[in-house]
Order: sequence, then C-alpha cells, then structure tokens
Amino acid sequence: MTGVPALTKPRTAKGLRSNEAVLDNGLNVIAVRKPGVPLVELRLRLPFLSPKPAHPAQANLLSETMLTGAAGLDRAGLAAAIQTLGADVSVSVDADRLVVGGNVLATNLRKLLELVASVLVDPTYAKEDVATERDRLVEKLSIARSRPGVVASEALATRMWGDHPYALDLPQPAEVAAVTPGQLRAMHRSLVRPHGAKLVLVGDVPPARMIELAQAALAGWTGKAPKAQVPLLPVPPGGPLFVVDRPGSVQSTLRMGRLGLTRTDPGYPALQLANLIFGGYFTSRWTKNLREDKGYTYGPHSRLDHHVLGSTVALSVEVASEVTAPALLETLSELGRIALLPVSETEVASVQQYAIGTLALSTATQAGLASTLSGLSAFGLGLDWIAEHPARLLATTVEDVSAAATQFLAPYGFTSVLVGDAASVAGPLSTLGPVEQ
Amino acid sequence: LIVARPQKLPAPSFDLTHHKLDNGLRVVLAPDRSAPVVGVAVLYDVGFRSEPEGRTGFAHLFEHLMFQGSKSLEKLDHMRYVESSGGMFNGSTHFDYTNYFEALPSNALERGLFLEADRMRGPRITEENLANQLDVVKNEIRVNVMNAPYGGFPWIYLPAVLFDTFANSHNGYGGFEDLESATTDDAKDFFNRYYAPGNAVLAVAGDLDVDKTLALIENHFGGIKKRKTPKRPSFAEPPLTSERRAKHHDSRAPIPAVAIGYRAPDPIGALDPLLATLLLAEVLSDGDASRLQRRLVHRDHLVTDVSVYLGEFGDPFDERDPTALTITAHYPDPDALEAILGAIDDELARVSDNGLDPGELDRVRTRLVSTLLRDLDAVISRTLEFAKFELLHGRAELVAELPGRLAAVTEADVRAAAGELRPDRRAVLELVAGGQS
Repeated sequence: MTGVPALTKPRTAKGLRSNEAVLDNGLNVIAVRKPGVPLVELRLRLPFLSPKPAHPAQANLLSETMLTGAAGLDRAGLAAAIQTLGADVSVSVDADRLVVGGNVLATNLRKLLELVASVLVDPTYAKEDVATERDRLVEKLSIARSRPGVVASEALATRMWGDHPYALDLPQPAEVAAVTPGQLRAMHRSLVRPHGAKLVLVGDVPPARMIELAQAALAGWTGKAPKAQVPLLPVPPGGPLFVVDRPGSVQSTLRMGRLGLTRTDPGYPALQLANLIFGGYFTSRWTKNLREDKGYTYGPHSRLDHHVLGSTVALSVEVASEVTAPALLETLSELGRIALLPVSETEVASVQQYAIGTLALSTATQAGLASTLSGLSAFGLGLDWIAEHPARLLATTVEDVSAAATQFLAPYGFTSVLVGDAASVAGPLSTLGPVEQ
Repeated sequence: LIVARPQKLPAPSFDLTHHKLDNGLRVVLAPDRSAPVVGVAVLYDVGFRSEPEGRTGFAHLFEHLMFQGSKSLEKLDHMRYVESSGGMFNGSTHFDYTNYFEALPSNALERGLFLEADRMRGPRITEENLANQLDVVKNEIRVNVMNAPYGGFPWIYLPAVLFDTFANSHNGYGGFEDLESATTDDAKDFFNRYYAPGNAVLAVAGDLDVDKTLALIENHFGGIKKRKTPKRPSFAEPPLTSERRAKHHDSRAPIPAVAIGYRAPDPIGALDPLLATLLLAEVLSDGDASRLQRRLVHRDHLVTDVSVYLGEFGDPFDERDPTALTITAHYPDPDALEAILGAIDDELARVSDNGLDPGELDRVRTRLVSTLLRDLDAVISRTLEFAKFELLHGRAELVAELPGRLAAVTEADVRAAAGELRPDRRAVLELVAGGQS
C-alpha cells in the first residue's frame, strides 16, 4: 500500500424536480421533490423587520404563543392534531423574519397545511396562554443571558449597530412583561400575511401536487403586510476592544464582527474562500494556531452571516482566561497575515473542494435543503444558486481570494467585544491596544 | 382532543451486507445510489464505563489523540485529507463506545477507508500531542461545563446519584487532576487493549458498490494484525430500592433545576420493555399535548420547561445495560421542588392506574416513528446508526425493524412501564442556582 488514495471521478448529483408558483394570495411557493424518507419539510418565512422599539418583545412572545390554539382547538388539541399526522411544527423569530417550520409524514401533507392555515387565519392568543408564555419567556431570557456567548453577542450587536433594530434582537424582560394578548392579535393581523412571504416544501411528493395542496389549504389566508421603513445598516465603528466583566470566568468569550458581502455580490465566492482559509473549517489557519499548536481553545470559528440588510464576517472563540491576551495576539496576527500576504494555491484548492462538498452534504437531506432554500429565498435566490455555486467557487483565483482577505479580514476593521474576568484579563489585553470597559 | 384513527406506519428498508475480516473487524455495508455521498464510521467497543479508576475522562482524551496523526500520517493530515476532499469528520465518546466518522463525496470513499485503517494501525502518541490535546480537552470542559450555566447538567452529575459502581457513576468528561496525570504509556496501553480490529465495527453507507467496497476494505483493513479483544464485563446494576437525593450547586445558573433519574430496562436483553418506556417518555413530555407539559407548564405553572428522555445522552439506543430514564425541569421558585415531584408522581400514577386516552398512544407513536425516519435522512446519521446497532445489538437490521417493534407495544405495556417509575426507585438531583443554600 502506498500512501493516501487519490480521489476517483466524482459522480454528479441527480437533478431535483422543482416547481415554483405565486398563489392567488401572493404567497410564493417553492416545492422540491426529494425522496429519501417519506416525509415533507415545510418552512414558511415571513418578513418581520420593524423599527418599532416595542417590536422585539411582541415578536418574541408572538412566536411563543402562535401555536397555543386556533380555529376552536385549544393548545393541547392543536398539538395533538399535529402529532397525529406524525408532524411537528414550531415557530422562530429574529430581527429579519418569522419562520413557521415543520415536517410531516408525506401522506399527511394536506392535513398539516390545513392545520397551519388555521393558525395563520384564526389564531387564538388566549389570555391565559399568553400569560403563561409571558412568564416563561422572561425566565428563558434570564437563562439565555446567563450564557457568556449570549452576553457577548448582545454586546457586539450593540457596538456594531448602535440604535439600529439589529442591536435589539433579544427583548428586555420588562418589555415582555408589558405585552398584552390584544397587541399580539394586532401584530398577527398586520404582519402574518401571505403577500411576499415564502413557503418552501421539500420532500417525497411531486412538486406540482405540493403546490396544489398549498393553494387549496392556504386560499383563505390573504392580505399584505405593510412594508417596514427600516434604516440602512450603519458601518460598524471598530474602535477599542470592549470588555464586559464576568467575574470568575474560567474562559474569555471573544466576538469580532464587520460588514462582509452578500451572496449576490460577484466578490462573494472569494470572500467565502478567504474566510474558510482564515477560520472557517478545521484545517484553517486560526484553528491550527490557536487549538492544534497552542491549545488555547476548544475551537475558534469564523463565518459569514447573512442578514436581510447586509452580511457580516463573524469571529467567535472561547479561550482559557490565563491566555486571553496571547490568544488575541495570535488572532490579530493571523488576521494581519492573511490580509497582508498572499494565500497559497493549495489553501485555495482545499477550501474550494470543502465549500463544494459541504454545500452538497448540507443540501442532501430534506431538512437541510428546506432550510437552505428558505434562507436563500429572502434574497431572491434558489436551487439555481445552489447548482451554480460550485462553478463560481472554482472560477475564483488565488489573487481574488487574497484581495478579499485584504479587504475584509484586516484586523483594524473589526468591532470587538470580550466577556471575561476583567480584573485578570483587562490589563494584559491593554498591552495589545486600547481596551474599554 | 382529536381521536386518531390508527394509521399504517411507514418502515424504512435497507439493503444490508455483513462481512467479517480475518482480524475480527465486523463490517456493515448499506448501498444507496440516490446521491453521490458516502458515510464511513468506525465504532470501538470502549467508552467511559471502561475507564480505570484514577483515569476519569481518559476514553475521551484518547479519542482526541486518534486525530493527532497515525501510522503514515502527520498531525493535521487526517482533517486536511477529509476537508480538502469536500468532506466532514468528527468523533465522539459515549458511555459504551467511541465513534469516528466521515461524510464524504463518494469519489473520496477509498480515501476515507484508508484514513480509518491508518489510525486503526495506531495513532501517533507523543508527549507533545498529549500535552496539546490535554489543553484542548480542558478548554472543551471549560466551555461546555465550567463556564456555562447548567453545564454538564445532568449527564455528568446524575450518574453519581443513580448508580453505584465507579464504571457507571463517574464523570465521563473527567476531573482535571485525572486528565493531567494521564501519560503516553496509558494511551499506548489503552490503544492496545481496546482498539483491536476485533473490538470494532466498520459501517459504510451511501453511494457505493458492495463488491468493490468489500475489496477496498479487505485491501486497507485486512493487513491490520489480529489482536486479543478484551472481555467486556457486565456493568448492570439492579433497580434502586429507596429514593436518593443530592444537590448540585451551580453559581452561574439563574434559576433552579432538577433531574430525576430511574434505571431503565436493559436495552439489549429487554428491548420491548425499553420501547414501552420510550413511548411513555413521549406520552409524558413530547409537545404541548403531553401529560407533563399540560400539568406542570400549562396548568400548574410550576416549571419553565420539562423534558423526559431515555438514554443518558438523550438517545434511547446509545447504551447497553444500565441505562436511565431522566426527567429534567427548570423552575423559577426554589421552594417548588416537592410540588413538582408530587405532580410527576400523580401523572405517572394516572398512566399506571387509568391508562391512556383514546388515540393517545397512536399519535405519540406516529410522531416517534416519523422522528426516527427523519433522523435517518442524512447518510452519515444512517451510517452511525447501522454501526451502533451492529456493535451493541449485533444486528444493524434493527434500525429498519424499530417501527414494527414500536407498533407492537400495547397500552398495557406503557402502563406497566409507568408502574416501574416509583418514588422509591428514583434518584433526585437538585440544581441549586446562584449560590442559594
């Protein structure tokens, strides 16, 4: 036996049958036949951006209570009806969108769509259920904010976005406590509307049939949400490292962010590859240095986040408290190195294959494809984008990647926060640059 | 409530091939040519339970060492070869086994087999690699346990209350003192003892040709020398005879929590009673129609959330005897514990004494089967399931047979399962939040 086997000729994936339609009520439906398991995945995505200060508290509580009753079924009755179909439905919300997500045995798709329609058209928001969920949400928020990663993300959002709605994603307890059932009903009436919303269905049913079923089940859901007047994203200010004190922390939680490029930008593939080389996969420079060489961390991660109003480069790492400043030094050094010096052909070839392969793996399941398509749908992208992206990655040159790194990974361009034991870490950190508490 | 008509449950079918090499390696192949991806998984029959006293956490530390280079590969080569082929890799340590796996484009199948065979020949155990991965593992424990609210709760702490022997009750992540005292000789001994080919299962699933793949496996693994395989002792413990109570202090947690553990039926020798217990767990806590959600969350407002699961990591089929059924809840009122325990006992007695509502078992079972199917959609998940059932049960076929076995569980079986969960058989671990006394 001689060394590592070469790759054999790749087999191309079979094309997927899909169909797209705008229903009479203005709802955009994307249906993809994907056998595998006898299920269908559903993602209904509604734009939920709003500049109103009271919006995050109401939107979060709405997502917790939307499934607490509809069309004469109480909370347990609705849940039992969904379960009977071998289905699950859940609601999630962030600053950009509300998603009603679920999955169901393929033979029961029609019935599930009817139940979802009853929630969209005739939700209850009973006083008692709203009160229960209001208290629970306050408790869940307190649990979330006890996690250092959540504290760091909130602090970073505040530093990056100032008073833009993107800074206020997670509501404050007092705001949640003030939300009434009437406000939730009003919000639902205003924002939970089909016109311009996107429904993705992926599973073991012919696409035309899925669209027929959606048309029939959702015909009674009508209307159009008002377009939110949300200010453009500000350019994050950079500036000193902001340290949030968490006394006694055995690790420091570092988050760094800056604006990146959207997937529709011609420069996006180069930035995607540059980010992977820096810290976006295990073979990355950042992981090799901080974890496999120094042992400072379990794992650093660098990724591109796509928000409706703009994309960001987002760096995150947790390091042992006693090596906090050395870990920041290595991080800044790796950012500086990739921004100043060319990347290698081997590095680019590796991340091209990684990006192509993992896109195929992540869209090889019904759930993975449905979530990917739902995310893409907000930007007017779909199956074509997935199919054509490998060619874009392969057409990207070493020079393109180096240029993207210079433009987007230079250390001075980041806005940075760190959550940790300030008494022990702030001093050493200040040797690397200004620190603010 | 809607009464379900019992419906026919879909059952998956797989084309499984079994093979055993002369060195004892057991092989399972499951071709599926629908997408150009393959999963490769090797499971070794050693987990936390086989760690010697004074070496808590060693099985997991050793798992890390299996990624640090091998017979013909330098440190970092393994990850680089997988990722630059467009694949993903990982490994994880469980109570009864340790897994290593890759999801790959099918043109990298032989490469994946080579990589697994190479480290089955022996990892590169050096002082430098051990020191580095000791730091990495300590940071893994810091991020997941020491610096996180509710970190490791309850999987690290409940076994010490529920079980008696060192094998079953010790902390699988390990104490820092034990981890720090581990030597390269320990690692070499551990490899020699537990990582023999006869102590492992190799599963390959996805886009493969059975005959060609068997030839490749013979080529890459066949030359690995046969070694003595360890005799696995029984770790079984009898049910508790009186209630046990303990407290765990968590200075980061904002509100208290509780974990209630019961020893569950032997997953290998008593699979049908285990499946009845699994359906009971779903009756108790799956979704808003479940008994404990309705009672503890919606009606009595005693808890923020409640969850009932089988298997100490939440996978009912992940362990041999012993395994556990665990009920966890977070609750805002520190004085509510006795009321919560009382309400749970009430609900268990209601199931045991009065049985289930019409349709209740069918809807819960339908949803459970749907979830099991959904979890098999990703090729790497299927690969890992085949390997796990082959290793623990000697029958990968069980993956396909579970829906049928679940269909045979009767209401009387579920009632009997509830009757086993008596107060004198439980271990109660109270999480005291934020330094309350």
